[in-house]
Amino acid sequence: MVDAVITIENLYKDYVTEAGTVPVLKDVSITVEPGEFVAIMGPSGSGKSTFMNILGCLDVSTGGRYLLKGSDVNSLDRDELALLRNQVIGFVFQGFNLLPRANLEDNVALPLIYRGVKRSERLAKSNELLAKVGLGKYAKSRPNQISGGQQQRVAIARALVNQPQLLLADEPTGNLDTRTSKEIMALFSHLNKSEGITVVLITHEPDIAMHANRLVRLADGKIVYDGLVQHASAEHLEPTS
Amino acid sequence: MILAMLNEAWVAIWANRLRTILTMLGMVIGVGAVILMLAVGQGAQQQVQASIASMGSNLFIILSGSTTSGGLRMGSGATPTLTVSDAQALEELPTLAAVAPSSPGVAQLVYGPNNWSTSVYGTTPSYLQVRDWGVASGSAFTDTDVRSATRVALLGQTVAHNLFGDEDPVNKTIRIKNSPYVVLGVLSAKGQSLDGRDQDDTVLVPVTTAQRKLFGTQFVGSVRFIMAQAISAEAMPKAEKGIAELLRQRHRIREGANDDFTVRNLTAMANTAAETAQVMSLMLGAIASISLLVGGIGIMNIMLVSVTERTREIGIRMAIGARGKDILLQFLLEAIIISVIGCLIGVLFGVGGALLASKITEMSVVITASSIFMAFAVAATVGIFFGWYPARKASQLRPIDALRYQ
Repeated sequence: MVDAVITIENLYKDYVTEAGTVPVLKDVSITVEPGEFVAIMGPSGSGKSTFMNILGCLDVSTGGRYLLKGSDVNSLDRDELALLRNQVIGFVFQGFNLLPRANLEDNVALPLIYRGVKRSERLAKSNELLAKVGLGKYAKSRPNQISGGQQQRVAIARALVNQPQLLLADEPTGNLDTRTSKEIMALFSHLNKSEGITVVLITHEPDIAMHANRLVRLADGKIVYDGLVQHASAEHLEPTS
Repeated sequence: MILAMLNEAWVAIWANRLRTILTMLGMVIGVGAVILMLAVGQGAQQQVQASIASMGSNLFIILSGSTTSGGLRMGSGATPTLTVSDAQALEELPTLAAVAPSSPGVAQLVYGPNNWSTSVYGTTPSYLQVRDWGVASGSAFTDTDVRSATRVALLGQTVAHNLFGDEDPVNKTIRIKNSPYVVLGVLSAKGQSLDGRDQDDTVLVPVTTAQRKLFGTQFVGSVRFIMAQAISAEAMPKAEKGIAELLRQRHRIREGANDDFTVRNLTAMANTAAETAQVMSLMLGAIASISLLVGGIGIMNIMLVSVTERTREIGIRMAIGARGKDILLQFLLEAIIISVIGCLIGVLFGVGGALLASKITEMSVVITASSIFMAFAVAATVGIFFGWYPARKASQLRPIDALRYQ
């Protein structure tokens, strides 16, 4: 049996504010197997972004257990978490989050710097990935010289540069028009199907969620639906904003 | 890895060129000022030290005293109270190493078609010991020459040059006040004295020759001043007292009456001058260091702004796997690059400024490798010290907070 990519048991997350402790995630448990394509939906304030940040080792939970590829995330220190983010996880953000001053090949190669890869190898790899997402000829351009859809492709190339098992996408199409969104989602589907990369993404739109196999619906910090997208009721696929 | 980080740091610096240059300016001015000030200070110090060394060590000068005639008080040396035999008596003091009487005057020197006016000192061979003065060529005159008042002379470098040019003066005969003198030797170069006189523009003859044949004296054997060298720096106070007691006794001065001579401790005066120069040099360095400190604070300030401005970038880097120490290294390298480049430019300005200052004001400047190295080390330290806090602040940001920062 292959280890699950994500195993979460009884996860809690509280935020401490001046008004007191606010529970955001309450007793969340989920297992994601290799090769799955999971869409997470939920209204604002349902805790889906917090959940994503914890999945991505950017934030830590208040209680419960989180095993990422078998290692207990809560027991790792900052440097070990950074290593996980670098080698196991690839991130795609709504706002692309490219470095504006660096050209595209340097942006894509950035994660490799923190692995100590030589410059020539870094550039070879980043050019390979830029070509893969169809932006090979823009290697020397800067992020502000290309369109939003293209920027998101660059961000995906960057997320893939270390060959991660897990791709996390926080509303990757949130800033894109419908046509571009489709292209981006086709890319995610392709990566999931032909390369076997596990994908977890957050979305508001049912159309986007339909690209996934599995739907997880969060409401008020709890999982209210977890199953195949095809079996989800209209209520669970309801668009959120 | 470090190369990649250097490149990252450089890209960030390049992106903020104007700001970086202005920040660097603080370092440039600081380092430049330190090097310039050290160069000027050390130059002054070296000049003073060279003058002191040329004067001779542990020196006393004993001047004949003042006198009052008809209500007019004459200056020091007006009355010829000191004599050659005073000098001989002083030699017996155990605290003195050498004693040289001196009878100065000015005379015209002639050799062939050349002539030159200079100060002629009648003295004894001890003079060379007292002044720590060597003979460059030929030999010095001896006690025998003093006893028999022979017409021999030792020429200072300037005099030798003016009378003989490139010719070798040894054993040539020159005329001083129309009398023939044989040049026994040429003194080694001494350079400027503390008060800026050319010490090489002088001629030494036996004291007896000066008194009997060259200038004549009011009283037999009287000299203008006596130079004495104590056996050591520690013996100087004792020697000073010994000189005064012996001379009062020899001159039959009653208890309570004024001395008819003055003993001056030249070395004490010189040391004061040296200390003054050193303190001045330190002061200049300290003032310049303050500007270096201000430059460092400028770096810290700009790095703090930079960290705040780039919080989001830090978040992105952390999200894709940068560890705290990677972020720390990147910001630290930026600070170090700024300070080291600033320092390099500062060294150029400092050295250039010092050379320019020496050219314009004819002030002597000393640029030592150690002062440049020190300025460099300080600049790097300032960079690390003032870059550390902002860099550490950046490295300790929580990834999620940094990423959410607007």
